This record gives sequence, structure tokens and C-alpha cells, in this order.
Amino acid sequence: MAEIAYEPVIGLEVHAQLKTKTKIFCGCSTTYGSVPNTQVCPVCLGHPGALPVLNKEAVRFAVKMGIATHSSIRELSTFSRKNYFYPDLPKGYQISQFEDPLCYNGHIELELEDQSTKKIGITRIHIEEDAGKSIHDIDIDTLVDLNRSGVALIEIVSEPDIRSAREAWHYLQQIKQIVTYLGICDGNMEEGSLRCDANVSVRPVGQEQFGTKTEVKNMNSFRNVEKAIEFEINRQIELLQSGGEVAHETRMWDGNKQITRVMRSKEMAHDYSYFPEPDLPPLRCTEEWVDTVRKSMPELGLDKKRRFISEYKLPDYDAGVLTQDKATADYYEQACNALKEQTHDRYKLVSNWIMTEVMRVLSEKKISVEEFAIPAEHIAEVVDLYAAESISSAGAKEAFADMLESNEAPQLVVNRLGLLQVSDESFIEELVDAVLSENQDAVAKFLDGKDKLFGFLVGQAMKQSQGKGNPKKITALLRSRLEALKG
Amino acid sequence: MSVSREEIERIAHLSRLEFSEEEKDSFFGTFAHVLEYVDTINKVDLAGVEPMASVNGAENGFREDEERPSLTTKEALANAPKHNETFFKVPRVLE
Repeated sequence: MAEIAYEPVIGLEVHAQLKTKTKIFCGCSTTYGSVPNTQVCPVCLGHPGALPVLNKEAVRFAVKMGIATHSSIRELSTFSRKNYFYPDLPKGYQISQFEDPLCYNGHIELELEDQSTKKIGITRIHIEEDAGKSIHDIDIDTLVDLNRSGVALIEIVSEPDIRSAREAWHYLQQIKQIVTYLGICDGNMEEGSLRCDANVSVRPVGQEQFGTKTEVKNMNSFRNVEKAIEFEINRQIELLQSGGEVAHETRMWDGNKQITRVMRSKEMAHDYSYFPEPDLPPLRCTEEWVDTVRKSMPELGLDKKRRFISEYKLPDYDAGVLTQDKATADYYEQACNALKEQTHDRYKLVSNWIMTEVMRVLSEKKISVEEFAIPAEHIAEVVDLYAAESISSAGAKEAFADMLESNEAPQLVVNRLGLLQVSDESFIEELVDAVLSENQDAVAKFLDGKDKLFGFLVGQAMKQSQGKGNPKKITALLRSRLEALKG
Repeated sequence: MSVSREEIERIAHLSRLEFSEEEKDSFFGTFAHVLEYVDTINKVDLAGVEPMASVNGAENGFREDEERPSLTTKEALANAPKHNETFFKVPRVLE
């Protein structure tokens, strides 16, 4: 019997911590990494009688995400209590939204490896509060830090439209790009400001009905999300092919063993008994207000990438790298705007400079482009000097290295280091003729078929000009002189 | 309407409460009473009535995203049954 081919069906639930200055229902600071239990008050400690008051900025951020994902924004939505017991949830319930989430029915567009695009449906985006942090490994008891309790979150629930672990990775990257472009979340999975759970099932290709799904948790990096889903897909397929059945269960990604394993059933004995939150009035987002938020939306990554391709005629790859984050894209555009000559060749040169030299330094120094010492206008000036053949490519790199330290303008650096390149016809002619007459031996051997000696002769000319002769011109003239000698 | 012993035990577990067998027995009557009451409410015809999430008609009631002083750690921990200088302490939660 031929083996049945299976198709994975994946949906993701992503939590994004909102970058509001204060928590969602109280004025405590949200600064990450502070001394434990210093950013707490009666509201986020769950003291009896303390009342939550909604942070308007959190709603604005959530609406931005809704607009960015082409979602409908619900004019009137309500809050609910999600009841469960855990030490890091002091009230015994999480204030969330249940039946009528703020945003619903949207989509996110992905660009896949083969440059095809795919839309992943967004079922809903709702706002809720974060829980505190439990620490199990530094004391006999479990220690609880409630600084995070009450920090604003949005939960973004996708439709089961994702068909591979790689697509899930793309989807998550896209969410990260959107939230960071919007400036509503750091998008840092390692620090937990972006978290992801996956619903994974498989079904025979062609079958419409979904298979039994498992929920996979504890994936705290983009790589782990891809690996855990990949593992889970294969586990389920092998199980079905050997005559087994997939159990509806929650599984943990175990990074050490690189497997998913089932969580004890007791840990999942949840029945959240949602009911309306009586302490908060319904939330009304008028069309008028949503429109003002809409007007404040920045251009997002994918749109920017497409504009870079059409406006600057950049290759797809360049545009993708430069628009990965907004600061780099802004730096690129700032440099392009400062160019003396606005040509596609120069736009591409700026791209090359940023993708290689600038990004190399950023990764070496582990800094962001905002912290980079060389202003974008100086990159433009280097490119202008190079494109006008006033400096060679080696000279440009030397100037760049100097600029990193000296913070001086390129023209000054080029003058100080004597990097200006000489392209003057008569100078080049004199130079080439001198080299030919001083190296007759090498010339003879070259004419005899030793092609490699051409490089030697160019080297001699460069040396005689003390590196200032324009190598392109020297090469061209040398070649034509030697061709003439060949007859 | 009645409730099973398993349901009583499940609800007790969800509430993290422990009961003796006698106490569990006593809940049959109490639960039945509550459920009867809900049954009565359920008889009201609500066709065409929008669910009401709030009773007083208020909406929004926002606060601006402005920081306000928090408690000191000492104050925050003051009522905790168990704590050290910086953390609340609870019986070990097994992962």
C-alpha cells in the first residue's frame, strides 16, 4: 500500500507585549529588568477593592495593529475575566477579551523564499494583561515577581492557514516587523516581549476536515518555533502512518532534547469560566478616532520594500535587507536623498555600502544603526566621490575606516589621507608608457602568452603612482597599448 | 437539575480547594439549589435582547499613559504569608 501523503495545518497564537510606558490598568512603570516587585501597586497586585482603569495608549497600539493587519475594528467591545489559579496571577483571573475582541477578520501578507506571496488570515486581535513571573530555580520555594503583572498585551490569533514550519517562521517574522515598524512592541522573543504558541495538526492531502491538533508551547526563539513545529508535524505523521492516533493535548518544546513532550494533563485542567468584567465599562472606538489612528500609520516593511524596488530600482534581496527594520530603511533613504547625483547606479552603491561595510560594523560592535557614528550624508558623499572616480574602491574603504574613528567628513578624510585618485589622461599615459619601457622583459613574456603578467604590469603602474592612479584607466590604457604591440 | 460527584470534585480542583467526603456530600444540595435558581432565570424569553455587559451605560473611562508612584517593595510584600526581601514566596510549583 502506498503511503498516504500528509499536509500540515498550523495556526499561531502570538502574544505581543505593548511598549506603553505604564501598565494596562494602572500607572506602574513597565521598564524591563527592574528590581523585582518595585513596579507594583494595589491594582496589579490584585488587592481587594482596587479598580482597573484602561490605558488609552494600549488601545491605540492595539488599533494600530488591527489596521496594519487589515482587520475590522470593533466599535464596541467588552472585557472578560479569564479565571484560573496560578501564583503569578494574583487576582485569580486575567482581564482579557473573549466574545467581542477589539480587532477581527484581518490578514497578514507573507513573502516566501520563492518570492511568491501568501495571505494568512487573522481571526482576532484582543487586548489583555500579562501575568507576573515565577522563578523556580533559585530557592526551595517558588519566587514570584509581579513587575510584569498587568503589562499590556495583544494576542494575535491566526486562522489555520499556515502549511509548513517555514511559513510559520515567515509569519512570525512578519509580525515582528509590523510591531517594530509600528513601534508598539520590541518584538524580542528571547526576552519574551513576543511569545508564540502553535496549534499543529496534519491531514491526508486532499482531505478537507482537519486532523486532531496539539498545542505546542515554550518556544522562545524564532528558530525554536520552526524546529518545534517541524518536529511536531513529523511526530504526528509517523504516529498516523504506524496506525496510531494523535491525542488532543498540550505539548512543551524541550530545547535540550529537541523534542516536544506532553505536559501533564493536570496542568491543562483549565475551565476558564469566562464572564464579563464588571469593573470595566465597555470600550467604544469611534470610527472618527480609528481614522485619526489610521492617519498616523507609518509605511510598513513590505510596502517600503516594494517602493524601494520600484523607486530606487534595487534588487529584491537588497530591498528586503534594507527594510528589515525601519531605522536601516530610514538611513538608506537619508543617504540616497543626500547624493549629489540621483541615479539608480548610485542608489545601488549606497545599498552595497550599507549592506556590507555599515552592517559589518554594526554587527561587530553590536549596535543599532541609530547608534552608528557615521551619518547617512557621509555615506552619500563617499559614494559620490567613488562614483565620480575621485577615489578608488580601496581608497573609499580606507576613508570609511578613518571616518569611523575621526567622525570627519569624507572630503576632509580623503584630502588628509591623500586618497584622491588621478584620472588625468596625460598623467595616466606617462605612467603606462614608463612602466612599459621599464619592464620590457615582462612585456615580452606577456606577448609570448604569459597572460598573468598583465596583473603584474597594472600593479607596477599603481605602485609608481603611489596608489593614486585611476586603476580602471590604467588597465584600459595598458590593455590597448599591449594589444597594439601584439600587432 | 442535579450535579455529579465528579463535577463537584472538578470544580473544587479548579478552585484549588480541598474538601472532605462529607463536605462534598453536602454540596449536592447546595449546587442543586443554585442550579434550580439559574433554571428559573433561564425560563425568561430573551429573544431579540442584546446581552448586557455593563449596567450603568458608562463607556471607556480611559487614563493617559502616565506613570504614577508604585508601592515600595516592603509595602507590596507586607501582607504576603511568605516572602523574602524582594520576592513573594509560594510552595514550590513543579514544572
